[in-house]
Amino acid sequence: MTTFHGRGIVAGVVEGEALVSHETISGFGGIDPATGRIIEPRHELFDVSFSDKILVFPGAKGSSGWSGFFQSTRLLGTAPRAMVFNVMTTKAVLGAIVTRVPTVVECTPDPTEGIRTGDWVRVDADNGVVTVLRRAEAAGDTRGPRGQERENE
Amino acid sequence: MYLTDEEKSMRDGDEGSAVAAAMDLLIRYGEALGAERLCETRNVAGTMTQPSPAKAKLVREGGWAKSFAVINLDCDDDIEIPRMKVPTCQLQHGFSDDAQGLTSYPESSIVLQGDAESYFSERGVNILATCTPYQVGNIPTRNEHCAWMESSAVVYCNSVLGARTNCEGGASTGAASLTGRIPYWGNHVPENRYGTHHIAAGVPLDGFQEWGMFGYFVGDVVQEERPVITGDIRLPDLADLKHFGAATATAGGVEIYHIPGITPEAPTLEAAFGGAPVPERLVYGEAERRAVYETLNNQGESTDVDFILLGCPHASLDQLERIARRLDGKKINADTELWVMTPRAIRIMADRSGYTAAIERAGGKVLTDSCPAMSKAAPDGTRVMATDSAKQVHYLPAILGIEGWFGTLDECVDAAITGTWRGELAA
Repeated sequence: MTTFHGRGIVAGVVEGEALVSHETISGFGGIDPATGRIIEPRHELFDVSFSDKILVFPGAKGSSGWSGFFQSTRLLGTAPRAMVFNVMTTKAVLGAIVTRVPTVVECTPDPTEGIRTGDWVRVDADNGVVTVLRRAEAAGDTRGPRGQERENE
Repeated sequence: MYLTDEEKSMRDGDEGSAVAAAMDLLIRYGEALGAERLCETRNVAGTMTQPSPAKAKLVREGGWAKSFAVINLDCDDDIEIPRMKVPTCQLQHGFSDDAQGLTSYPESSIVLQGDAESYFSERGVNILATCTPYQVGNIPTRNEHCAWMESSAVVYCNSVLGARTNCEGGASTGAASLTGRIPYWGNHVPENRYGTHHIAAGVPLDGFQEWGMFGYFVGDVVQEERPVITGDIRLPDLADLKHFGAATATAGGVEIYHIPGITPEAPTLEAAFGGAPVPERLVYGEAERRAVYETLNNQGESTDVDFILLGCPHASLDQLERIARRLDGKKINADTELWVMTPRAIRIMADRSGYTAAIERAGGKVLTDSCPAMSKAAPDGTRVMATDSAKQVHYLPAILGIEGWFGTLDECVDAAITGTWRGELAA
């Protein structure tokens, strides 16, 4: 069992399937709140849905609309189930708060390295702990299309 | 997080339930950031009026008070919204009535936004309706604590004006407008404003396109960090720095940069790093310049351009003059549309100066309040767009699923007249 220790910033405890982005995520122009998908063509998770997933990513980039776009995913029912990120920005922190999903930040070791897409993960934001409960059976199968390319690079 | 007695009193509801909700959000936000305290602000730039599907639903349920409570305060209670406590402006939002009929942007959204303008201006919100508040009268003083949204405005505010703001969002600016407070964190703290990276231009930075490409490179390299720029710099004007900052905040998340000798917090290279050792410089040379150009142009195949977009970020009066001069006496191709986005206050000056008339005689449009990326709308049937903005070419093709070209103003005007994209990177 792999465990990551950080700081919970939005309380709650959930389990779910991880979706891991190694690249930062843009809100405005980066996601579609109506479908919960990444829409930035150059992104490694292009066209992949984060809806109801444990979204593990480095942090936010781009427009200040970030928090508003993720808030919209909550209002439209496409929000991720939890968030785990390490790069502290006002965009991502405010985004997590208004998305109202359990969120753990500043974890060691780096969760984007230690967690793989498809892993079954427990996010305990009350105690700031993220745990991989079960590894994805075949990491490649559940990755986004670009994620597979990354493995072959 | 430490709270003053006045802040505790706001939290406890002494100034009403909306102010209490605002303080509650600021406390949750400040503690999540790890801020030690809040600071006072009298300059808020946020967004309340921009229509969205989620907002339209909230307005149907409980009017603009409901929308503001949920979206701008993260509060589900039914509360009354008082007058803004400190000066607050509305940034860019959706298309206004000047764009009516030009796109399939819904008329219902234009009406909804007009309704929002009435509601929020009655509560003291200044409807600047631009991504460039600093071009139309909101120019914070040096070291002033601000609570601004809009990444391109934030980076301009910190870097060029030397005021202090983080890249805020709809909820934190809403809460700041009712309390006059924002977390004292990040760019508000002097030690966090010094440079972290040293990037030198090895090619001449002369003109709007070069500054935009360089910004895109810098943002990609430093991501959220704080670049210090040296090298072959020709004195940039407002538009150059506006484009540069917008591009750094598009390819990355830059909120502050320094240019020794030009921006106010960097009288010297050493000062830009706060006396810490100056890092080894990374050089932006011809190969890097070409790579950025190719990245920005890898979303185009067809050279049959049907839409030219200028004014991202919103055009200054000088830029409108440059566009008008190039279009004066010319005719835009029948199959091509050309739009220039600008704040309404500048549009009025452009009307008086004859620039609007020159652009319109050629067949172009001068539009206000928004842009195609914000409103997710271009002229109907647009398949291929071209722009002189690194930010717009990054976002718009992704948002609308169209092709995009990036070039100089001259190339964009040429494409508008001929209907054909003939841009190439100047040697």
